Amino acid sequence: MRSFFIVCFKEIIDNLRDRRSLLTSVMLIPVLMPVFMMFLIGFQLERSFDTAEELIELPVIGAEHAPNLMRFLESRNIDIVAGPADGVAATEAVWASEEDVVLLVPSDFGEELAEMIPATVELYFDQANTTGIAKISRVRDALFGYNQTVAGIRLSARGVNPALLRPLNIDHIDVSTPSGRAAILLGILSYLFLFALLMGGMYLAIDATAGERERGSLEPLLALPVARGRLILGKIAATSVFMSISLALCLMSVFATLRFIPLEQLGMTPNFSLNVVIAAFLLLCPFALTGASLMTLFASFTKSYKEAQTWLGILILVPTMPILIVSFLSLQPRFEFMFIPALSQHLILVDMISNEPISSLHVAVSVLSTLAVGAIFTWVCVRLYHREALLG
Amino acid sequence: MIQACGIHKSFGEVHAVRGLSFAAHDGKITGLLGPNGAGKSTTLRVLCTLLKPDQGTATIDGADVVTDGLSARRKIGSLPHGSGLYPRLTARENIAYYARLCGLDRDDIADRVEEIIKTLDIGDFADRRAKGFSHGQRTKTALGRALVHDPQNLILDEPTTGLDVMATRSLRELIVKLKAEGRCVLFSSHVMQEVAALCDDICIIAHGKIAIHDSVDGIRERTGREDLEDAFVAAIAMVGDE
Repeated sequence: MRSFFIVCFKEIIDNLRDRRSLLTSVMLIPVLMPVFMMFLIGFQLERSFDTAEELIELPVIGAEHAPNLMRFLESRNIDIVAGPADGVAATEAVWASEEDVVLLVPSDFGEELAEMIPATVELYFDQANTTGIAKISRVRDALFGYNQTVAGIRLSARGVNPALLRPLNIDHIDVSTPSGRAAILLGILSYLFLFALLMGGMYLAIDATAGERERGSLEPLLALPVARGRLILGKIAATSVFMSISLALCLMSVFATLRFIPLEQLGMTPNFSLNVVIAAFLLLCPFALTGASLMTLFASFTKSYKEAQTWLGILILVPTMPILIVSFLSLQPRFEFMFIPALSQHLILVDMISNEPISSLHVAVSVLSTLAVGAIFTWVCVRLYHREALLG
Repeated sequence: MIQACGIHKSFGEVHAVRGLSFAAHDGKITGLLGPNGAGKSTTLRVLCTLLKPDQGTATIDGADVVTDGLSARRKIGSLPHGSGLYPRLTARENIAYYARLCGLDRDDIADRVEEIIKTLDIGDFADRRAKGFSHGQRTKTALGRALVHDPQNLILDEPTTGLDVMATRSLRELIVKLKAEGRCVLFSSHVMQEVAALCDDICIIAHGKIAIHDSVDGIRERTGREDLEDAFVAAIAMVGDE
């Protein structure tokens, strides 16, 4: 048992001295990635929610041809400003992203309206312009509203009930609870945590196996009077330790970052208290063994440091596959899913964050099955370390 | 004492070692001499229990390398080809790591490491990280690491390759000192002059077999050549390639 701790301790010290990989794998990614991501999401959310009621500007060409329409738009909190010279200039302005949307009223608009011919207006916008989507739909909705209003007036003038035009009355009832909405947003968090966790141990997993072989230090190590199994167990343990450190840093980073994002103002109340942080750490920790043993397994297979890096870069995406498949097929959490590492942690974490009750059976199955999978990978690693081909 | 008995080892199609037997005695330096690819490194790896022979076996002070690898390893210190130090650890830490892994008493480790550092005269750079070491410094540190558990037998794989004259000389002095302590030293080389200058016994290997196992004078006599290099070439020709 002693040699296990000696190897583990040495690998930790050795890795701590590798400043550059330590900085990127343990510090930069787990700490800064959540900060960037959370601010990006917060910014996106603010933009999509904020434009709902606020005053927007609409450049109009030929506003003088449709004074009533302009008044209607103004009543919908849309400020009319002078637009570009003509349709061509409008196209260019939209292309150049100078304007999100431009309305063109042709000179015969009033005539057509008076003669009850469908009167054309042209709306210039760029469907690919994601930042303007909210504004574009505001203008479209307003024009549609004007359409309905004028039609209603015309029918009323002829003694017809305008309600005839509306066989359907669609009421939008959004039943998502504030924390439920937050869970959708924060669903990516579990992926972020798993990614940070794996990143934190990646360099050590490579360095302790493929790196050790490439440096030529594996041969004398294996010639020592120590059982080989203990050596590899020590290395896996050291990798798990680094993965747990990365995970803890990432959790704390998210915890801190969320204070600065006004999710409550957007109607979201994610439950990401300190208790949840601690619970999430304990829930995800068993995955460190699975990740560490899987990475060590792959890194032991490869012939060089470079090759190991390539494989492990791909491997980092593997835990996201079950999460993606389940989200894609929008499958409801089921008991069977709790047997799948990564997926079980994701599902429980989403429930935790959205304040849903957590089944202790689910947690137990998740923890135990994740540890079992880790134990199997570890066993394979130990077997692999007894092969001669290991020396390369 | 190291004894190899009819070792065979193949890697796929390549039959690297073909029935190799020899003995290296305590208080003597035995040289394993052969051209590149003769099977020297494979033989040494079998002795260190890193490779399992297809046939035959070897014993280290009576411990069988195939059936009792752990005991055999306890009796060997090995200096592999290329030093294999940890670049981010200091020389002292590199040696202490092996001392701990070899199961030395916690309280004795610091003293033992200090003793090794004195013996090898590496105090100047003992507390620097191995990353910037010269070839000679690396080899000496690795030798210190191999000696830390005070093994009776030492296996050195081409230790002087790439060393400058001064480093080679001091390494040779160390090897002679180890012999004087009554240890069994086995070392491989492809340079006849070096082996001749140092070894009491020489095993010339070619094509995975022993060509001659004798003293320097014995080899001269049996090949009928006065010049060592000629003797080496003649000995290799005696085996031939089947």
